[in-house]
Amino acid sequence: MPDLTQLFHYDFMVHAFEAGTIVAIVAGAIGYFVVLRGSAFAAHALSHIGFAGATGAVVLALNPIIGLLAFTIGAGVAIGALGNRLRGRDVTIGIVLAWALGLGVLFISLYRGYATEAYALLFGQILGINTGDVVATLVAGILTLVALVAVYRPLLFSSVDEDVASARGVPVTGLSIGFMAILAVAVTEAVQVVGVLLIFALIVTPAAIAIRFSSRPPVAILLGIALALAFTWLGLAIAFYSPHPVSFFITTLAFATYVAVRLAEPIRERLRRRSAAATAV
Amino acid sequence: MKESAAAIVARGVAAGYGSRSIWADATFSIPAGSFTAILGPNGAGKSTLIRLILGQIPAVAGQLEVLGEPPRRGNPKIGYIPQASIFDPELSIRGRDFVGLGIDGHRWGVRLADREQVSAAVDASIAAVGAGDYADRQLGRLSGGEQQRLLLAQALVGQPTLLLMDEPLSHLDVRNQATIVQLISQIARRRRLTVLLIAHDVNPLLPHIDQVLYIAQGKLAMGRPVDIITSEALSEIYSASVEVLKDRLGRVFVVGLEEEVSHPHA
Repeated sequence: MPDLTQLFHYDFMVHAFEAGTIVAIVAGAIGYFVVLRGSAFAAHALSHIGFAGATGAVVLALNPIIGLLAFTIGAGVAIGALGNRLRGRDVTIGIVLAWALGLGVLFISLYRGYATEAYALLFGQILGINTGDVVATLVAGILTLVALVAVYRPLLFSSVDEDVASARGVPVTGLSIGFMAILAVAVTEAVQVVGVLLIFALIVTPAAIAIRFSSRPPVAILLGIALALAFTWLGLAIAFYSPHPVSFFITTLAFATYVAVRLAEPIRERLRRRSAAATAV
Repeated sequence: MKESAAAIVARGVAAGYGSRSIWADATFSIPAGSFTAILGPNGAGKSTLIRLILGQIPAVAGQLEVLGEPPRRGNPKIGYIPQASIFDPELSIRGRDFVGLGIDGHRWGVRLADREQVSAAVDASIAAVGAGDYADRQLGRLSGGEQQRLLLAQALVGQPTLLLMDEPLSHLDVRNQATIVQLISQIARRRRLTVLLIAHDVNPLLPHIDQVLYIAQGKLAMGRPVDIITSEALSEIYSASVEVLKDRLGRVFVVGLEEEVSHPHA
């Protein structure tokens, strides 16, 4: 049994836990809406489009987070304006995504010698976070959570039934844009932890698992947060005692849990039937 | 109280999108508390009428009055069930939560106050449509008829006086169609609700409706079913050779207002 107090012995680990915790809470919460709205691909695309912004910022000697945020928000607003029901929306998003990645490649080549920067963006750099980053993440995290709480009911309404919500006076297009803007900020935060390529593991996977256990929105949201926290904390802890990257452990924990839950589903279903039959008798 | 208890009054209303006209010169009055079937071929502009009443699109010409005022979006006195409301099986929300959105889903923030009142109103609405057995299950996993009942509970939970339904029967089998229509009719009578229901097939509605609003070829015509759904009346209104056929079971079929014969979902 390794000495667990060692985990918090180094500043970089403390910062990683702090930032990881904030990001996991935000990602777990917003993930429910991403899954409910069928916007998983849009979330994935946001991070990739953000990659072009981040590498572009590096070329211009700016903080990559600024470029990342600018591009994810721009892309988020554009995707939100496309609306939730537009047929072929994913094709349009995919086309922009591919082009954005192409731009990212160009920017990396323009900035020779900084491949580590690109690597960190793609796969996360949570062990390289300083106090300033933690504070920035905290502020962004609080903003995204406050925004989510503020739009909670109409967002839920328009995610479930856009037509009825619109008839009841909910500004569905405005909400769609607003939600994607909030998601853009959440994605930008999460990129620090798992990187552009692995964003799915923190935003989509915990929520996708949670909705299989509860169809009560607040319960599903809390469960998603708990899972995102568990993956992040465990991933950090395991990585500390191993030579392998944190992102690998976080994504693997998320993936393994999802697979286990899906495989166990027929068994859970059978147990449910049996107990239902027992109460019926 | 107004003397003429009309829920909806249209005077020379025209509907269209941009330069494209859909129908025009619609003048009719729908009495409060009545049950109206909106019929007509696909693409004739039946849903357009609903969207006008909901205030989602403006009338191109004429005047429309809904519950004594011009149409406006978000009118809480209107309950609405949109077309093709079949939920994704993966949609992770309980029927009960969905019904609750009909009360305060349009409000910002989270529900903090009035939790008990909301919960009581939701229970009452679920009981009224007989959906108590499955209201706690995931909405998307329910059958078409069960979903339709919960949609109805959601539309009714805010105590509207006008209920608009766009093809609520199209996903149901014949038996479920009859039960749902019966349910709507009972609730409407008890609560003195005005109901407008778009249907593809008038037959399951015939025992319950007070009038039909026929929309075809750019024109609207309203009247009692026995007066409107006849070969003579429809042929005259639409200056075309329209035939109303009756089969052995007394079901009616309208032929001649669209390219192909209209097939009821039987």
